[in-house]
Amino acid sequence: MLFPLPQLQATSASNPWSYVVFLVIGFAFGYVLEIAGFGNSRKLAAQFYFTEMTVLKVMFGAIITAMVLIFVSVGLGWLNYSQVYVNTTYLWPMLLGGLIMGVGFVIGGFCPGTSLVGLVTGKIDALFFVLGVLAGIFAFGETEWSFDYWWQNSGYLGRFTLMDWLNLPIGVIVTAIVAMALFMFWGAEQLERRFGRRDLTREPKLRLLGGAAVLAAALAVVVIGSPSFEQKYARVAPAQDAALANREVQIVPAELFHTLNDDGLQVVLLDIRGETDYNLFHLRGARRLPLDQLGTIVPELLAHTAPNRVVVVLDNDETAATAAWKVLVAEAIPNVYILEGGLNNWLATFGQDDPGIRPAVTSAVGALRYTFPAALGDRYNSAAPSVMEYEALTYEPKIHLQIQRDKTGGGCG
Amino acid sequence: MATLPATKSRSPHNWAGWLGAVLRRPTQPYIHPYLGGLLLGLVLFAAFFFTGNGLGASGGLNRYLVFIEDLLAPGHVDQTPYLLKMAGGDKNPLDDWVVLVVAGALLGGFTAGWLNGRLKIETVKGPQISVRTRWLMAFLGGAIMGYGARLARGCTSGLALSGGAVLSTGAWVFMLAIFGGAYLLAYFVRKLWL
Repeated sequence: MLFPLPQLQATSASNPWSYVVFLVIGFAFGYVLEIAGFGNSRKLAAQFYFTEMTVLKVMFGAIITAMVLIFVSVGLGWLNYSQVYVNTTYLWPMLLGGLIMGVGFVIGGFCPGTSLVGLVTGKIDALFFVLGVLAGIFAFGETEWSFDYWWQNSGYLGRFTLMDWLNLPIGVIVTAIVAMALFMFWGAEQLERRFGRRDLTREPKLRLLGGAAVLAAALAVVVIGSPSFEQKYARVAPAQDAALANREVQIVPAELFHTLNDDGLQVVLLDIRGETDYNLFHLRGARRLPLDQLGTIVPELLAHTAPNRVVVVLDNDETAATAAWKVLVAEAIPNVYILEGGLNNWLATFGQDDPGIRPAVTSAVGALRYTFPAALGDRYNSAAPSVMEYEALTYEPKIHLQIQRDKTGGGCG
Repeated sequence: MATLPATKSRSPHNWAGWLGAVLRRPTQPYIHPYLGGLLLGLVLFAAFFFTGNGLGASGGLNRYLVFIEDLLAPGHVDQTPYLLKMAGGDKNPLDDWVVLVVAGALLGGFTAGWLNGRLKIETVKGPQISVRTRWLMAFLGGAIMGYGARLARGCTSGLALSGGAVLSTGAWVFMLAIFGGAYLLAYFVRKLWL
């Protein structure tokens, strides 16, 4: 079984269990916040005066615990990282929002999650804080239009992980974060001893063992690494190989043509051929991306998931396109299709618009079976055939959109 | 052996007393912060592992608020870009996982407070300020945080904690900014807490 479970990625009335699961997760979340003391504003604010570093310890303790478990699971092939929601990076709004929240934190003594716990345990200051949060959220909703462009675009980097930024393997990043957290815990204890008069000799020795265990798990991530594309594909192979064999994912040129002209769909055309063939002829709007560089588009496709997006892989025939399709499917990108018979088939359907394009005799696999008068790229008529002329083409539709969760609503967003 | 008069236990006053007795339990200390971190990390991991989503709070509050706005002024919601995305037309802003996480957190927080004898109506504040000042500051801080959380597209739970654990670059920038902002201001508002 591969996690996360598709039926639990969003709430859905057709699956009432999805509501129960999120309610249970929320219950555990609230319970743990309360027993850790996060319903108490003075305990939270003490963080900023070094008398009690509970916020830092709980927060970073939770981050490193969850992180090592997540990446060990990813490495062992239980969890598909592509399907884990990674908060989209909007650098400047996040930096500014963070600074503003820091100010609110030290003035108000809560953050939104902890104030909920304070509220239900009877803290009147938490009630005022929650009312304040609602007022602030309301104010944002009413003023967002005035800086919408900045908010939507400034520092936008998509699904941008620390691995993408630092260009380091997952294991190294995970180990570095654990080491940093353990160093911060040590520093926090020293500060508590100095400012909070805490007797460190009475701290449980078990904490040292716990720290060592997390560090060992982080080093295990270095050893296991992250699964290769072949390993990822192997996990989804039975169903996907069947889809390939039954030709459920190969769409004929006529269907691609209609899809391109359907205003209700966003089509991403990935042309995986070499530069020479691409310069000779390609579909208008097709993006050239050789097979070995296909991985570079994956974060972008994951970050921009829209329910109406279709990705179509283009090749001269189907051989390399099928390999590319497997890479994208292994990364859990929804709605990926192959152009049946490739661009040779496209030209067989639409090529008569360009008298200069002539059939050529070649037996090479993956080669263009046409000759071109010049390398005009997408300036041939058949690179974007006339809607009027081909409206009547019929075909058996195969594109079947998978409903994905709404990425705009992820996390606190 | 004393016998309780049956009539008395039915009076409203005694029901309140009974409820008080159930809710009032011996107060337990908070757990060790590292244990808290471990447990919170396990909850966060379970959330990501089973659902692919992390935790959240302000997003849920946002959706409850937009739900009410949509009841009162649906026309206005349909014309405001930010609200439109959640509640435009026949969209139900409450049809989202984070709404249930927030509802669960309220229940879980209450249960934990009850079982550990920490349900108490009180105002927690620093010794140098009045209760009213604390309320005002709590409201003000909450408003600042609510605005900042929407600006950053997430709060401490949904962005810093969840995004941090899955190594989102923006989440780490956000986390450093929160601590940075708070520590920069902490000295100047120390009277609120110390």
